[in-house]
Amino acid sequence: MSIEIESINKQFGSFTALGDVSLSIPSGELVALLGPSGSGKTTLLRIIAGLESPDSGRILFNGEDTTESHVRERKVGFVFQHYALFKHMTVFDNVVFGLTVRPKETRPSKGEIRDKVTELLRLVQLEGMAKRYPAQLSGGQRQRIALARALAVEPQVLLLDEPFGALDAQVRTELRRWLRRLHDEIHVTSVFVTHDQEEALEVADRIVVMNKGRIEQAGTPDQVYEHPANPFVLNFLGNVNLFHGRIQSAGEGQPEADNSVSYVRSHDVEIDRSQHDSSSLKAEVKHIQKLGPSVRITLSINDSESFVEAELTRDVFQNLDLQQGEQVYVRPRQVRVFAEDYQI
Amino acid sequence: MSAPTRTLTAHANGNHRITEPAPVRWVLTTVALVFLALFLALPLAAVFSQAFEKGFGTYLLALKEPDTLAAVKLTLITAAVAVPLNLVFGVMASWAIAKFSFPGKNLLITLIDLPFSVSPIISGLIYVLIFGRQGWLGPFLEAHDIKILFAVPGILLATIFVTFPFIARELIPLMESQGRDEEEAAMVLGASGLQTFFRITLPNIKWGIIYGVILCNARAMGEFGAVSVVSGHIRGITNTVPLQVEILYNEYNYTAAFAVASLLAFLALITLAVKSVAEWNVRENMEP
Repeated sequence: MSIEIESINKQFGSFTALGDVSLSIPSGELVALLGPSGSGKTTLLRIIAGLESPDSGRILFNGEDTTESHVRERKVGFVFQHYALFKHMTVFDNVVFGLTVRPKETRPSKGEIRDKVTELLRLVQLEGMAKRYPAQLSGGQRQRIALARALAVEPQVLLLDEPFGALDAQVRTELRRWLRRLHDEIHVTSVFVTHDQEEALEVADRIVVMNKGRIEQAGTPDQVYEHPANPFVLNFLGNVNLFHGRIQSAGEGQPEADNSVSYVRSHDVEIDRSQHDSSSLKAEVKHIQKLGPSVRITLSINDSESFVEAELTRDVFQNLDLQQGEQVYVRPRQVRVFAEDYQI
Repeated sequence: MSAPTRTLTAHANGNHRITEPAPVRWVLTTVALVFLALFLALPLAAVFSQAFEKGFGTYLLALKEPDTLAAVKLTLITAAVAVPLNLVFGVMASWAIAKFSFPGKNLLITLIDLPFSVSPIISGLIYVLIFGRQGWLGPFLEAHDIKILFAVPGILLATIFVTFPFIARELIPLMESQGRDEEEAAMVLGASGLQTFFRITLPNIKWGIIYGVILCNARAMGEFGAVSVVSGHIRGITNTVPLQVEILYNEYNYTAAFAVASLLAFLALITLAVKSVAEWNVRENMEP
């Protein structure tokens, strides 16, 4: 089912949570709402679910206006950051809750309900856990039960609010891959909120980058990563270095401006012992930080106050054999230029 | 993430315990125990020893006295009316306060606390001012031959007022700590308001309710000040158990006074036992 979001506004007191947000989500897509905290992404998700009502604007499911319909009638599945499992019920009772609250005429029979639970627990790979209580499960298992519970009512839309936010790093990575596979299997239109750019890049078909209640850019992971619309998107999707300066010869598609800021991602900074061309800058290695598979190097550019961060793979770092205090040349591989007046 | 940290702490604790020196610990523990013995255990023992001073037969006889039985009956009726009413009110008020924001919310919280902050005597006098012969509604009530003051309705009203905060005060923090997540999850899954309340909210606050009810009940049965003002002390008719104890005591009928008092002491012990079980369960439920 497709979701159409039309100029939604939401105000909490004097705080603008959402300012004229419009977005359309095609049927069957897995979309990530990505942004820092306070960017309005969770509010938008809750408005889609019907847990929050917008001050103005419309939400359409499959072209049908649902803005006024109650959360009960929207047939959405919602997964909460802290699972929100019913503590006093077994896994079985949790999963079937959405079916048992239906009026008698539409409620499935006991046998059907049992088959459904078995099928869902298989889907979330937790067969045999039906009799346990939420307190007896790990965080990752709880979140999968929460997902099974949401899927039990066969929702037309699945909404996930920071679904992996409360889990530790390893479980998080596992679960998000699993979510991607699950989505490929069941193809329900899904929207998930995250502040983790890596998660969004890995899982989503499309990423919607949000900031201060507005949408900064919406596009495929490749689009937003390779062609960020503005410095905020660039900055949010990876570490960047800033160079202030004047553009001497504007390249194709780059703005000609007197004052501009160039942005270089830290893994696009090349370090060399010899001068490559005129774009190379002489710098001193100030600090070396080893971060698992990659190495982060902080350099200070000679004759200036500015610092540059470079991220190398371990191989490259070992081949260069850099030492602290050494003089080297740095060269940006890829530069993005935005006019200076843009505020991050 | 947390597992290694926890082992680390446990390890550190095992090697050198960070604690006060032994004499300080002993002194503090002794002071606390002596204080408890002096102010709690001793009076309790005194009540029972006085009650049974002249043997078990006299004890039973004192309890079987008609005026005492009437006082017990009135106390039970009072609790049976006040506790359910405050239960309904307490659950509704705390639900509204914990799960919704509305204008006047802070005023409501303050009002719920009011009976705690006023002296029980004042609580009783309020009703004298309203329903008394010189009170606002006095002439009207007299004209229609409705008796509130110095009758059972007055005792009920005073008791309800005094015990008003117990259940709400217990439930508000519990419900606030649980948040709205589970209720929202139930609603998204299609549950109606009533289904959400009975299947999600109520089971989650079950122990909080039991805790509140037991405290509310103890106070309803034991309230002296407010009830004393509105009761009129009519023997066998408007005397509750605490008032009966006072009357017997003032008549130098010590054995009977302490025998009746021992009923309240039993109530206190049962309350304490149920309270600790409920408290333990509430703490379990507070965990998110």
